Amino acid sequence: MSFVLDVFTVVAVAAGAFFFVAGTVGLLRFPDSLCRLHALTKADNLGLGLVVLGLLPQVEGALAAGRLIAVWLLAQLAGTTVTQLLARSARRSGPLA
Amino acid sequence: MAEFLLACAGFILAAVAVGLVRVLRGPADADRMLAAQLLGTGGVAVLLLVAAATGVSAVVDVALTLALVSTFASAAFVATSDGE
Repeated sequence: MSFVLDVFTVVAVAAGAFFFVAGTVGLLRFPDSLCRLHALTKADNLGLGLVVLGLLPQVEGALAAGRLIAVWLLAQLAGTTVTQLLARSARRSGPLA
Repeated sequence: MAEFLLACAGFILAAVAVGLVRVLRGPADADRMLAAQLLGTGGVAVLLLVAAATGVSAVVDVALTLALVSTFASAAFVATSDGE
């Protein structure tokens, strides 16, 4: 059982790392601010979400797991709000490409 | 398992650090803030991985604080850029 959980952790954390790389590549390669915002939200939501999902079997106790999920939920909520604000700011400061 | 988690933490940190090139290139201030936002989220992921790898659960609180602070940084950016 512990082996299965370890495999699950490896797969999920590696997938999360992949999404962070994808976010970085998108941030560097995409042509305008709104496209870059799109790449960033994937890293924010999926990258961090998969890392947290992968770490859940590694912590003992419901309290520690709850803390991990709380961090993820805060990052989700904050990320969504902040990207909305940044998109509005980018839209105001320049014409859309 | 701890070695794998630490390796992943280093990998994510390196990937996010490469993203900071966007801070140099710009062109808009919002683009620079996007790179900082990615660094914030990546930093949270790295800290969570380090917490699980080393077993020091207090690092989770550091991750929580970093998530909060990076949010405030972006909110402050939007507030000041709207004011000018």
